[in-house]
Amino acid sequence: MNAALQGSLLAPFAGALLVLLVPEKLKARITLVVSLVTAGLALGVVREVMRDGVVHERAGGWGAPLGIDLAADGLSAIHLLMTAVVGLLLSLYAFYYFRSYDDGRKARARSLFWPFWLMLWGSMHALFLSGDLFNLYVVLELIGLAAIGLVILTGSREVLGAGMRYLMVAMAGSMSYLLGVVLLYGMYGTLDLGSLNALAEANPLTRAACVVMTVGLLMKTAVFPLHFWLPPAHASATAPVSALLSALVVKGSFYILLRLWFGVFADVVTPAMGWLLGAMGAGAILWGSYQALRQARLKMLIAHSTVAQLGYLMFLFPIVAGAMDAGGAYQLEAAKGTVYHVLSHALAKASLFLSAGLVMTAAGSDRLRDMRGLAERLPLTIFTMALAGVSLMGLPPSGGFIAKWLIAHAVLGSGQWWWIVFVVGGGLLTAGYMFLMLRSAFLERQDGDPDLPGRVSPAMEYAALALALAGVLIGIRAAGLLDIMMIGNPFGFTGGGL
Amino acid sequence: MNAWLPIAVVASSLVTGIVIFFLPEHRRGVRSLLNIAGALLKLFFVGWMAVGMIRGETYESRFSIILGFDFLLKADPLAMLLVGLSSVLWLLTTIYAIGYLEGWKNRSRFFGFFSFCVTASVGVALAGNPITFFIFYEFLTLSTYPLVVHRGTDEALRAGRTYLWYTMAGGALVFVGTVWLHVLVGSVDFTEAGVLRFMDASLYPQFSIIFFILIAGLGVKAALVPLHGWLPVAMVAPAPVSALLHAVAVVKAGAFGIVRVVYDLYGVAFADARGLLTPLMLAAGFTIVYGSVRALTQDDLKRRLAFSTVSQVSYIALGVSMLGPLATIGGLVHLVHQGLMKITLFFCAGIFAETVHVKKISAMNGIGRRFPWTMGAFTIGALGMIGVPPVAGFVSKWHLGLGALGSGNGLVILVLLASTALNAGYFLPILYRAWFRDPDGPWDEHMPVRRAEAPLLLLVPCIITAALSLAAGLLAGSEWSPLALARIIASREYVP
Amino acid sequence: MDSLILYSLAGILLFCTGLYGVFFIAHLLKRLMAMNIMAAGVFLILIVIARRNAEAFPDPVPHAMLLTGIVVAVSATAFACAIARRYVDITGRTGVDEEDAS
Repeated sequence: MNAALQGSLLAPFAGALLVLLVPEKLKARITLVVSLVTAGLALGVVREVMRDGVVHERAGGWGAPLGIDLAADGLSAIHLLMTAVVGLLLSLYAFYYFRSYDDGRKARARSLFWPFWLMLWGSMHALFLSGDLFNLYVVLELIGLAAIGLVILTGSREVLGAGMRYLMVAMAGSMSYLLGVVLLYGMYGTLDLGSLNALAEANPLTRAACVVMTVGLLMKTAVFPLHFWLPPAHASATAPVSALLSALVVKGSFYILLRLWFGVFADVVTPAMGWLLGAMGAGAILWGSYQALRQARLKMLIAHSTVAQLGYLMFLFPIVAGAMDAGGAYQLEAAKGTVYHVLSHALAKASLFLSAGLVMTAAGSDRLRDMRGLAERLPLTIFTMALAGVSLMGLPPSGGFIAKWLIAHAVLGSGQWWWIVFVVGGGLLTAGYMFLMLRSAFLERQDGDPDLPGRVSPAMEYAALALALAGVLIGIRAAGLLDIMMIGNPFGFTGGGL
Repeated sequence: MNAWLPIAVVASSLVTGIVIFFLPEHRRGVRSLLNIAGALLKLFFVGWMAVGMIRGETYESRFSIILGFDFLLKADPLAMLLVGLSSVLWLLTTIYAIGYLEGWKNRSRFFGFFSFCVTASVGVALAGNPITFFIFYEFLTLSTYPLVVHRGTDEALRAGRTYLWYTMAGGALVFVGTVWLHVLVGSVDFTEAGVLRFMDASLYPQFSIIFFILIAGLGVKAALVPLHGWLPVAMVAPAPVSALLHAVAVVKAGAFGIVRVVYDLYGVAFADARGLLTPLMLAAGFTIVYGSVRALTQDDLKRRLAFSTVSQVSYIALGVSMLGPLATIGGLVHLVHQGLMKITLFFCAGIFAETVHVKKISAMNGIGRRFPWTMGAFTIGALGMIGVPPVAGFVSKWHLGLGALGSGNGLVILVLLASTALNAGYFLPILYRAWFRDPDGPWDEHMPVRRAEAPLLLLVPCIITAALSLAAGLLAGSEWSPLALARIIASREYVP
Repeated sequence: MDSLILYSLAGILLFCTGLYGVFFIAHLLKRLMAMNIMAAGVFLILIVIARRNAEAFPDPVPHAMLLTGIVVAVSATAFACAIARRYVDITGRTGVDEEDAS
């Protein structure tokens, strides 16, 4: 019986139920308390992993193959840490953000936000802690439904359309994943990831399972050209929800993909499959950045930036599927860089979306041309956006730089040097749209401009700033985080000389 | 203590910058005090380091970031050349900027980034390996952009965009080169006389490609033609920024990077043997002539100075691209000399623009009568640029010429001669107008009675830099001159 | 053994039919049905897999998965119906198209 591990699952789900039942006045406060407890328990799991190595737990006393095993290694720990930091600051932000939602439909949106958010948080924890393919399917569905519930909170025509499209893709994606699970079970008779790693062979049926599962997960991760549902959903939701979706939710399905490609499918994937994913990543960077550059609305710009940034995660796959070098040194490096990109993107993008919420409050709209003069009105928020931008562009000393360095290093070292064009070019394009955004804020106000009406709460500004600062901090303290990530050797190589 | 001194040199402006950011706009006195204190403190640390180095101490700070990836600050004579220049000129430019920005908006933001900019410049100088260099090189891009667009006008923002695209693209190339090198040889520190020559010969072809990637990336900031497009456009920035961009921080970071790559990464002899220096020499030679020709036709004073910078900075690359200690000395010493002279010229241009709104050369008739001191300083700077003894510029050109003769590069002699003629061609008409034409501008031609010709905060730094340009030439033989330091560096680079 | 392959192929056929529907049919209700057809395909394969050893007792684990899967599919469908209903009420249209993306 492991208190922290089970608690980190129970607390958010129990909290979600509790928040559903209590009166309106208490919901926000209780959510804040539950957030603190959940984040604290997640940190407890991380500490246990750091102290004892991989942590196993047989929920309810049943072991595999009958029961559901929970396990936490370094990779889980890093993701728990990311969710804890983002989640806690997000709850704080939402606490103030929803204060103004106090009439009619808006009030209903507010009272539904809290339980949905805690349910999503709990599902993310379940995802990172489970080691069972079918369990992962259920969790994926939970995350999808909670996320869609959050998107459609305000019930406007715009969000309902976006939510509907999201729902279709999410369901199709999970069904595709489930088909792969069924095929694997049919062949190997187990759902446990650890047992499957040992059993899986490179035969056509396993390869077919690999293809359907990968495609399903790519749909949910919104990798170009399967990204079409993401920008409307992420841009039309309320600010805290957009931040959640871009920072955490898309990373969930990617996490499973990572587990599969480094575990069950490690010997099954072919170079051509890796190549295809790399090409999708390159396409994502070009297309997402191009779209971001021509947006007139801030949140659409940031959402398209998410499409582009997810492309960086794909260069890992051609390197993994390519020829093995000494001890998999470059494969390991690519994996580290990719996970680092997941982290730094989560922090930076959450910070950006939260800042966008502040901009909308202050300027009354999120059109870029209405941002004129904001640099003087909201200097801290604009500074936050710039800082988050530094991390997204991959400039030192941010976490994004460490990620880009590791990915670029692996790309050049493994001999697949052509990807460097997209890795580096993507950084330039990012700079292009980030400065497009900041430029609007630095323009001087004209006489005819409408007044900047709204006031923003300093606590919200600090929450966004803290996320951006964390994005820079993980660049400076990279060594420690990379050490945690490698506990239990989640990627399966020793790393040879590097 | 020795490990902390390089950090202290960098931090003295970084901390100042951060504190200034959070100062309310109206705390003018506190801000000025902090600025000056930070600059003096840096100068003190640099002086301490210089004295220590003469006594044979070494200063090195090393932190491991992630595996095979060190953050290294190291003071060597070459670093001291740029650190010394930056810290002296930062003090003077800060004083000038306090006077210049009197009554502007957003001064806390301005001085915050201004301090960051110098931090980056000093970091570039002290960087002990390519990765650390890259970190500060990018930091420089980020901290100068807000200064370029500080006015917030459409024109400034357009200039900022051009500036950003050029420098970010350059930074991306430096990144690729740095990563590629790290893949091939792991973490290497800058070492006198080069390190790559000790590596496996099978890597040499890749080294050649990396060399050109790095030089192209650095060439953007060093304004090598055709990568110079950002520099004339960035003239829209306030005068102290132009002075700093053109004389110290940005162009010098590029030129200094080229020096580091050629001498301390590849080694000049190795680079020459691999045939890498000739293309660099051709690019530098072409830039020198091209910049001067373009300068001839500019009527806007700052634009003429900008094209002059394009031309003059490439003297450094030219000196670096020739094999032989004299050419090296000429190139390195020009790093300091060009900085002193060009900042003088920009200070003067700023004074004219700010006090009597003269920005065009055609409006400068007789301006020497109204501004005898300013114009005197301008004259020293201009003559130095042409290479008239005893101003500092002569010393650089003399060594470059000797170096070219010594290494048998006849073409370089031609470039130097052509450039001198062109320099005279675009500076002498200004001097003639200012001193010998009758004033015809809308401003009062008489000097104000019992008042200085310009605010002292502007005038004094300008006169000091002019005096330093003169002193660097007159006292070139002294053991504290930039020339002496350049000699020491050259003697170490040519150790067999 | 032959019936095993036959059922599996039928399941895959259903899955593909559903997939096509989800992506290429505009009408929301039809899309929801397509989604359920897709699920039915997967469930069919699950049932087949439970009987892969003809002599032994059927494997209970796929049955458990099947039941869970049905519960998930039903709740997701209910959720989707609610959203679709609301969407139709507000817009008066039965399909989601690109106009809403902007």
